[in-house]
Parts: sequence; C-alpha cells; structure tokens
Amino acid sequence: MSATSIYSPAGDWNGASRPIAIAVEHIVKRYGNFEAVKDVSFSVAEGEIFGLLGPNGAGKSTLIRMMTTLIPVTAGKAIVAGYDVAKDPDDVRRVIGVIPQALTSDQDLTVEENLSIYAKLYSVPRAQREKNIAEVLEAVDLTKWRDAQTKTLSGGMRRRLEIARGLVHNPSIFFLDEPTTGLDPVSRIAVWEMLNKLKASRNLTMLLTTHYMEEADKLCDRIAIVDHGKLMALGTPTELKNSVAGANVVEVHFDREDEEWYGRLEKLEGVTSVQPEGSGFYRVITKSGSKTTMQIVELAASLGETLTSLTVQNTTLDDVFIHYTGRQLRDEQVKPVNFLMPPRPGTQP
Amino acid sequence: MNRMFAIIEREMRKFFRSPTLMIMSLMMPILQLIIIGNAFGGKIVGTHVAVIDHDHGPQAVKVREAFAAVAATIKTFSTIEYSNEVQAREDVRTGKIDAAVIIPEQYSRRVYSQDAPKLGFVVDNSDLFTSGSLEAEMQLLVDALNAPQIQDRLSKSIALEIVELYPYVNYLKYLLPMTVALAMYISVMIGGGMLYIDDKARGVHEGYLVTPITKLELVFGMNIAGSMKATLSGISIGVIGSLIAGLGIVFHPMIMMQMLSLIVAGSIAFNGMMFLLMVRVDDPLVPRAMFGVLNILLLYPSGAMYPTVSFPKWMQAMGVVDPFTYAIHGFKAVLLKDGGWVAIWPDLLFLTTFGIATLLIATPLFKRTL
Repeated sequence: MSATSIYSPAGDWNGASRPIAIAVEHIVKRYGNFEAVKDVSFSVAEGEIFGLLGPNGAGKSTLIRMMTTLIPVTAGKAIVAGYDVAKDPDDVRRVIGVIPQALTSDQDLTVEENLSIYAKLYSVPRAQREKNIAEVLEAVDLTKWRDAQTKTLSGGMRRRLEIARGLVHNPSIFFLDEPTTGLDPVSRIAVWEMLNKLKASRNLTMLLTTHYMEEADKLCDRIAIVDHGKLMALGTPTELKNSVAGANVVEVHFDREDEEWYGRLEKLEGVTSVQPEGSGFYRVITKSGSKTTMQIVELAASLGETLTSLTVQNTTLDDVFIHYTGRQLRDEQVKPVNFLMPPRPGTQP
Repeated sequence: MNRMFAIIEREMRKFFRSPTLMIMSLMMPILQLIIIGNAFGGKIVGTHVAVIDHDHGPQAVKVREAFAAVAATIKTFSTIEYSNEVQAREDVRTGKIDAAVIIPEQYSRRVYSQDAPKLGFVVDNSDLFTSGSLEAEMQLLVDALNAPQIQDRLSKSIALEIVELYPYVNYLKYLLPMTVALAMYISVMIGGGMLYIDDKARGVHEGYLVTPITKLELVFGMNIAGSMKATLSGISIGVIGSLIAGLGIVFHPMIMMQMLSLIVAGSIAFNGMMFLLMVRVDDPLVPRAMFGVLNILLLYPSGAMYPTVSFPKWMQAMGVVDPFTYAIHGFKAVLLKDGGWVAIWPDLLFLTTFGIATLLIATPLFKRTL
C-alpha cells in the first residue's frame, strides 16, 4: 500500500470536518546534493495531535524546523495557521510554540525568570504575562518550583518547564521535537498525560516528532511515518495497523535453529510475512493469530521439535513501520547515506 | 524594543548568577597586574659579587669602600671575599654568586703611576637583566674613581638637565592601562565569545529564533549586554587596579568621566570585534582555541607592555588597527598623564567608530535561521 493511498486530508481525521491548522505541500529540503526531505505533503487539523514517526536522521526534525521558520524551505510550501512560513515568518512565529529537542532553558535563571523572558520575547503585556505564567506553571505542575533555579530541577521537570515556556504566550499551534527523549519511563508517561490535558484544556494543535512507537500510538490522533526524508504512510494508529496485511503477530522461538523454519512458516495458511530475528526466533504476521498458533504447534510436534516460547499479539506500529520501511525502528539500524547531516552542536550525534 | 531588553535582561541575570565567571574575568587581569608589575618593574637588588683582592694597596681599599657604600645604600649588590680567583669564576658559572671583581696585583701602583690600571669583572651574561644592572653600577663606580680629586674651576663638560613631566611611574602603574583593557577583553571573550557559542551549541539561540524577535533586536540585545558586561569589568578593574598601583587620581570626578568614556567606547569596540569574529562560528572549541592567540595578536602590537617604536613595521601596522592600542593609549593618557579630553578624543573616536563598523559588518552576516 502506498503512502498516498492512506493519505487522509486534514479535517477528516476523526470523522468530523475541522479547519486546517498546518498544511505542508510538496515540501523539499536540500543540503547540496543531499535531499533531506523529499516532496512531503500532509495537513494537520485544528485540535489534532499529529506525530511524525521515524528513526534518527529520517528528516523529522528538518520538517519541523521548516515549519517553525528555523530553516528555509528549498521547494514546496508550508502553511501554518494560514501563514506561509516563507513569506510571513513573523506571523507564523507569533502563533506557534516550539519545544526544541535539547533542554535549552537557562540553568542559572529561576523557573519564573525563564518564563518571563520568553513572555517578553513574545511581547506579552505585563499583566497578561503574570497571569499566563501562573497558568502555565499550574498546567505543568511547577507552581511550587516557581522560584527554584532551573539547574536544581530534574530532567522531567526541566522538560515540563520547556513545555510551559512554549505555552507562555498562548500559542494555537504547538511543535514538539522529540519531547520525551532522554526521560525515564515515569517522566515520559507524565509528559504524555500533561500533553493530553493541555490539548483538551487549550484546544491546541500539536505536531510532535518521535521515534518511540508507544508514544506515537498513545498520544497521536494521526501519525506520519517518515523515513529517508519521505512520507511512507499516514493515518490514525488504527488505520495504519489495519493497513498492514495480517491482523496478528505470532512470535515463536524454536529450541533449535534450522534454516528450514523460514520456508515452513511462510507456507502456513494465512501467513503474510515472516521476519527471522535470529537464534530460532521468528515474527510471523498472519491474518489469524489463533489458527497460525495451532499450526505452529502441530508443525513442531510433527517434526519432534521443541518450542521455547510462543506468543500472539495484535499488529503494532513496529510492524507497521517494518511493513512500510523494510526495517525496524532502531537507531543503530539507520543506514548510512552519502551525506550525513552534521549533528546539532551540543547534542549527542 | 522590549524584546531586545529581554535579551539584555537574560544576559545580565546570567552574568550576575555566575560568580565563578565574574571572579575569573576580574581575577586574571588583577593577578597579571600584580605578578607582571612586580616581576618586571623592580630594580635589581641583593645580588652577590665576589671580590678577589690581589693588591691590598690603598687604591684597592678605595674600591672596596665604594662597594661597601653600594651595599649600604642602593643595595644592588653585597660583596663576598674570595681568595681563589678560579673558584670565584666557577661560582659565577654555577650561579652561586652573580659576578666577581678581580683587583689585580700592582693595581694601586699602576693607579698612582697612571699606567692604565684595570679591574677585572666576571659576570654571568646569560641573565641580561642582572648582568646589565651590575655592569651599569660598576661603570658608575669606575667613573667615580676616575673623577679628578681637585675639580676644575670652570666646568667644561656639558650637563643634561632632565625635567620629568609626571611623577615617577613604576611598572605596576605602567601596566594598569593594559590591565583594564585586558579585563574588558576577557569579559568580551568569555561573555561574547565562549558563552555566545556555547548558547548556540546548546540550542538557546534556536529558542530565540522561533520567537518573533527581529534580527536587529537580537543582535543589539546580545551586543549591548556584552558591552555592559565588559564595561562593568573595566570599571571594577580600573578601581581595584588603581588602588593596588597607588593611583588615587582615578577618583577625581573628571578622570572618572574620562575613564568611563574610554571604558564604554572600548567595550563597544571589543564586543563588536568579537561578534564579528564569532558571528558564523558554531563549534564551541573555536573561541577557546582563539583565546590565547587573539590575546597575543592584540595585546603585544598595542604597546601595552613595550613601546611600539621598537617594533618592526609590520607589527606597528597591526597596532594601527588594533583597538587595544587606542584603549591603552587613552587609559595611559588619563591615568598616568592627566592629559584630559584633548589627549583621548582620537582614541574615543577610533574605538567608537571601530565598534560601530564591526557591528555593521557583522549584522548582515548574522543568520536569523539555523
């Protein structure tokens, strides 16, 4: 299935017609001869949480940087809140909030000072500033840390401060570049809950990038899978999972590795693909999990082989990603290309 | 405009919240002033000179009395009696003593017979400062011994009457202008160079760039803050350094005004120069690597430590475009000569023009995008 076949124009993502908040049309970004973003188009409806999912180096950050006016667009068009990012960058900046990938709040400043300075950068009037700061601190649960120096905060609290900083001028569209990278699982879940709460209370449109499947699955209304600068698939998490032929994944671990297993599993009824994982471990995508499970047990018994483990689960975004990109979403599996984007100074390459 | 003030506020808050940074930018020039000022500025005293007297006659006694007078008064050297000339030479060579004077046999007789008597002087010329001082002192003693006993009724020699325009300037005072300029440079180098690039690398600038702040507001905000930090450093070191060097003149209201003008103009010039150098730099290692090199390139051709007239032409040319030259000239004119506005207006003009010019060149080079 091609990416465009499940491309869903904004406004229909949950069945209701909604105005478009972000429209990206055939956008391209080139660095010399290297094309970091290749003819990507999508749109995001107002109030939607839209995720760009892909491994490091896929072009997610480049996309978000073009939409937030940080880097110029080579070709195509990006419209944010009705403003063209190339023609009206200042208008775009006024209506968006941006959370960069790195933690960039000033460590020597207090929580309130960080927020106050950003409110001033957005020309928020003094009275409104005080009110906004109090509100966003409450929203991210940092009110009691108002006077604390940022360097005394934990990683999760600093990320919440970054979120508060991006909201201090009441933006209508919120861009988050890998908002939970580097956080422990508890802090990550706390950030997800907070973003969901903010979406509901402020009617925010959010566009976030992530390479965490679970994050995209739990947080996003729609997901765009990006790889090597191309939009590989787009849809709601359910649509994407349903788009993969086979509703279930059977994970089987044979006690003894045998080259014949791959062929035997592939021939089973209902099996659409088999992914060998090594050491006798196989992921089998099938239309019927229960039927395939029975067949595997019978097959093993007929051959006198022992099964170490056998599990059945529904298709995950991992499977979707593998289906569309042909590889797993693991950082180490990002294939090198002729041109590598230099890492942003100060961040881990 | 408010957005520019937000940048200034952020920079100044950070500056005052970083005591280590403040202390380092203030302490380094002060330490340099104290250590270099005292290391190079003092006269040579307390050296040891061996005396090997092979004569023991009345003229030899006269020589030794002259040595004793030096030891008691200006204390350039004290004498140690040696009997063995070879041992004395060896001790000079090994550094146990600094020089040796050999009064040869028949010295007194040759003085009386005016037979060109000679005093031997063995000196360690690997140390130019000490040997130069001892040679000069010995020459004065020999000149005094050669002076006629009965003065001519009419003086035939031409005398030079020296009129010193200013009170005695020791090396500590001489170095103070350099110290003030250096404090401003270090402040700009750390605040405008290293921290600027570090902020860029940490993504702080990315945070600014997604706000509606304009390029000019951002550039001016950062540069005004940088100049303010350099000005504060210059004022602090100007006051502390003057107290250390014993220059109470700095507290005179007019001198204060002139110093403040020079410090502000110098801060603008240094900051503009640093911004121009760093405007397209992204790697945090670059300003650190440049720190020492730039220090030498700017400080030495300026004449801060040694007069520029002794420099080769190419180095003098470097000094002409070096803001250090004008800052230090101005500070010297105010602190050491009380030269007034007349003496410093060319320096003020150059520094201000240089600062504005570098900013005008750097601003278009500053990228509003990543």
